[in-house]
Amino acid sequence: MRFLPAGDLAVCVELGEAISVEVNTRVRALEFLVQQKGLTGVVETVPAYSSLLVYYDPRAVGYEPLCAAIAELVPQATTAVLPPPRTVELPCCYDDPGLGFDLAAAAQRLELSTDELVRLHAGAEYLVYFIGFTPGLPYMTGMPERINIPRLDTPRTKTPPGSVGIGGIQCCIYSVESPGGFWILGRTPVPLYDPGAAEPTLLRPGDRVRFRPIDRREYDTIGAAVAARSYQPVIS
Amino acid sequence: MIKILDPGPQTTVQDLGRTGQMRYGIPPSGPVDRSAFLLANRLVGNPDTAAALECTLLGPRFDMTAAGAIAVTGADMPVSVNGRDAAGWTTIALKPGDVVKLGAARSGVRAYIGVAGGIDVPLALGSRATYLRGRVGGLEGRALRKGDELAVFACGPVTMRRVPPHAIPDYTGEPTVRAILGPQDDRFTTAGIRALFDGRYEVLPQSDRMGSRLRGPRIEHARGHDIVSDGIALGSIQVPGDGQPIVLLVDRQSTGGYTKMATICSSDIWRVGQARPGQSIRFQQIDVEEAHRLLRESDTALEAAVREEIA
Repeated sequence: MRFLPAGDLAVCVELGEAISVEVNTRVRALEFLVQQKGLTGVVETVPAYSSLLVYYDPRAVGYEPLCAAIAELVPQATTAVLPPPRTVELPCCYDDPGLGFDLAAAAQRLELSTDELVRLHAGAEYLVYFIGFTPGLPYMTGMPERINIPRLDTPRTKTPPGSVGIGGIQCCIYSVESPGGFWILGRTPVPLYDPGAAEPTLLRPGDRVRFRPIDRREYDTIGAAVAARSYQPVIS
Repeated sequence: MIKILDPGPQTTVQDLGRTGQMRYGIPPSGPVDRSAFLLANRLVGNPDTAAALECTLLGPRFDMTAAGAIAVTGADMPVSVNGRDAAGWTTIALKPGDVVKLGAARSGVRAYIGVAGGIDVPLALGSRATYLRGRVGGLEGRALRKGDELAVFACGPVTMRRVPPHAIPDYTGEPTVRAILGPQDDRFTTAGIRALFDGRYEVLPQSDRMGSRLRGPRIEHARGHDIVSDGIALGSIQVPGDGQPIVLLVDRQSTGGYTKMATICSSDIWRVGQARPGQSIRFQQIDVEEAHRLLRESDTALEAAVREEIA
């Protein structure tokens, strides 16, 4: 464990240096404890793969006392303290080349049929390590090793929101139109970020995500319900 | 009510920003120059939490449908009321129908218009601050346009005040900003760290509320420029593979995977946001305790800056 100053308003609490479920679980547990204990001076927290960024008000707490208070919580930061995770089911249309525009190329690269690739991708459960980069964008792993694929050699400049992509061991869903280097296998009609909604972001750190393959017709039906604000995401 | 006759290139509603949303990828937003923003509010008797306008390089032209008071701070934009020059850094009383115009900034980038009562736009995630990329907050999540009308909260009589000349910041020249090493200073060579603190770095035109891009002596990494993504604090000096620093501001991405050598202290970050493309910046290293002392000094100076009442 290391405490690294991130300016005079934040401290980065580093619990590891690698991407692992174990370290990330401790990060989220530590965040939960910091929030639950209401540590003096803490303003907000941002979990990432292996570290927690804690924003604080130096008018209310000094750097050393804050680090000491957080250090005391670290040994208790285990799975046991976390509330049970939510599982979010995301419908995903893989079978339209206009939506999953890299599916065929990725399957070829992995020497799989497109059906097998979809089955492997949709058959897994994904863990949301954290949300970041753009509003509501989940950083996830959980894919079978068989579909581990290097990222695109040349990142594309624009990826439509809802695009579901893979790269390395990670799975990503674009929340807003952005550049990206992931292979896009399909698209979900469910918005991960909706600035007009009371709660604009769908996913939270620690959520489990499952993809349910849908055809283009259902994609359009759900899309219409989303536009009419009558769609309820399936969360258990 | 404020009616926008000409918005200027990028005028947005901002308050102190939103908290608690970065864990969902939504940045705080709020004013790039917090000190100037606070003074604009305090000069018109508003609480610090009131919403004001942030203008970029060129100010707006607007009329006030009711009597009120405003104050203009930040970048040095010429102010006029009905075509007659008016002073910045001072309370300006307005009659119904007065037309206010802010011209092109002579120095600095962002000016603030505080409006007595504060601007009345809906709260979005607890804040009125506009986050342009996320299309949230302010007026419909966007910059102001011609014809927009902004409601203003009612308020009592306003005491006329001014910021004394010695307390008005100078946005010209080559500012020195103080920075604290970390979180990833161990990913740079000694020469790389020295490059940042010895060199001068020019602000590039591709700078915005997300970050200021700088160009100067190349900063050398010790072992790779990529890290396992982590949270990005205000003022982070991120150095990608090209060795050129990017200073992250209020609309920054909440997390990122580039090494961050140092972080500019909160009482100096406005100097970066007010430096224009072509202006250079120098860096000076301090520690966390020193930065906290500077922040207390800055708080005290801001309190003192609006004590002076005028007739």
